[in-house]
Amino acid sequence: MNQALLVAKNLSRRKLRTSLMLVAIFIAFFLYGALECFNRAFHSSENSGAAERLVTVNRINFTMPLPVNYAGRVRQVEGVTSVSYQSWFGGYYQDQRQPLFMFAVDPVSYLEVYSGIQLPAEQRRAWLTNRSAVAVGKTTAAKYGWKVGDRVPIASNIYLRKDGAKAWEFDIAAIFSDPDDTAREGLIMMSHDYFDETVTFGRDQVNMLVFSTVSPKRNDEIAKAVDALFANSEAETSTDTAAAFNRAFVAQLGNIALIITLVVATAFAAILMIVGNTMVMAVRERTREIGVLKTLGFRGSTILSQILAESLLLALLGAVLGLGAATLAVAAAGKFIQGFGSNMNMTAGVFLGGVGWALLLGLVTGAVPAWSGMRLQIATALGRR
Amino acid sequence: MSDPFSFQLRQVSKRFVKGKETITIFDGLDLDIPAGDFVAIMGPSGSGKTTLLNLLGGIDHVTSGEILFDDRRVDTLTENQLSAWRAANVGFIFQFYNLMPVLTAAQNVELPLLLTNLGRKERRTNVATALELVGLSDRAAHYPREMSGGQQQRVAIARAIVSDPQVLLCDEPTGDLDRSTADEVLGILKLLNQEHGKTVVVVTHDPEVTRHTRRTLHLNKGVFEEKTALA
Repeated sequence: MNQALLVAKNLSRRKLRTSLMLVAIFIAFFLYGALECFNRAFHSSENSGAAERLVTVNRINFTMPLPVNYAGRVRQVEGVTSVSYQSWFGGYYQDQRQPLFMFAVDPVSYLEVYSGIQLPAEQRRAWLTNRSAVAVGKTTAAKYGWKVGDRVPIASNIYLRKDGAKAWEFDIAAIFSDPDDTAREGLIMMSHDYFDETVTFGRDQVNMLVFSTVSPKRNDEIAKAVDALFANSEAETSTDTAAAFNRAFVAQLGNIALIITLVVATAFAAILMIVGNTMVMAVRERTREIGVLKTLGFRGSTILSQILAESLLLALLGAVLGLGAATLAVAAAGKFIQGFGSNMNMTAGVFLGGVGWALLLGLVTGAVPAWSGMRLQIATALGRR
Repeated sequence: MSDPFSFQLRQVSKRFVKGKETITIFDGLDLDIPAGDFVAIMGPSGSGKTTLLNLLGGIDHVTSGEILFDDRRVDTLTENQLSAWRAANVGFIFQFYNLMPVLTAAQNVELPLLLTNLGRKERRTNVATALELVGLSDRAAHYPREMSGGQQQRVAIARAIVSDPQVLLCDEPTGDLDRSTADEVLGILKLLNQEHGKTVVVVTHDPEVTRHTRRTLHLNKGVFEEKTALA
């Protein structure tokens, strides 16, 4: 026997109570892990985009279109290096419950602006030369089991074909990756020319312009110059960095981080009180035993460390189980979320953060009973006074 | 040269403050307990028996006076020093055994050895020896709930002696046992005193205990009334 066994024995003396405490901690850390991963995935696109990349949308809001010819005029602005544009396609595959994150883009300029996109040369050529072809991010390709050469029917929630057909038949010409921005690997890109030829409305219009500049230091100046170019026109523009645009986009959906923080904090506060109170009761029940241990020569500091070890072990066990379950749940959810261009997975940061919170929880819930145990007078503990 | 003493109490006073009232338990108490003594301390409830045992075991502090153990003062030791002193020199036996319910008999006996530098093997040997001495080798793997009161008290005795302390302090060790079991327990204490040289101090209400001890001290209102001669 050793003191670790003593700690384990004390924890297991009332199995139902310990199990219930474990379940409470498990739930708290499952919530923490799952929600924190969701939060990170949700915000992961905020900072995507090279610093020198700017986005121009309609000043009213980004769902309003811009004339495609704006691209040519932006290209003339001093300091702009490449300009591309894109339109939201609103695509889905087979079932509307399988929505796709799909844009109509100008392939040549798109690959210039998003220079981090990687695809084999022959696939690149195929995509650029076949107007009815699409380039699919590797995450989406993996999700649906698509490969280069496949022909897939994709319908749109927004656009109908001129010939009345609902589904577009697309050849998969390329499967790309983007190691610098893995969120992009969930996208599908079709040719904007093909899009324009086929749709029944909205031709020669785009949702946004995306362009690179010579230096991030000149972004403010260039953004102002671009917006000045279209001032007082029918479609005034709003230009900002890609990161700022993404942040604004996410912010429109609400303060997810605050909601998650409140949910997790509430769960933690409840668990703190439940576990803390239970630990106090559990140690109070052992008052006489603590007195006996001290009589045998156990120091107050040893008693303190034993009780703290119990609460830490309990918190860590519950937390690791909760975080482990969250890892599995997040991985399962990630298969769906990745289609939307997000990175839903358990990161080392979230897991270790959870372990850190567990240590804090263990220390806080064990502090009061451990301190009481350390200070307990033997004569009082044994009822001998 | 006089016999060595386990304990010497010199002008010991003990007072408790309860609210506005100060209760005096001892006021200038003197007591010598020679090494190897087997002494019963008897007296009515509230006479100070348990308080005296607490003072001897260093689990309570004197208000004034001195307590010497092996000619060294223990009343001035800090809590941590007292813990170490108790672990090395004193074994406690209680009326209600006070075994850890989650530990087996062997694990209960091993508890004091966790504070020593002994290796696992040595600890096991010592535990086996102690259990054998109290006749419970076959109960090593049993939990307290699986044993009778007498067996539990014998485990408690094994726990008290496993680290080979010089002194055993016993608080009503037979108070919860029937006569025949009580006699068995007293027999073990007598054996430990006579064969192993332990100094045994027993606080008790049980007059039968005095049949086994070398002498009996009668405590009343914090004062020893009479002392029986050494047996």
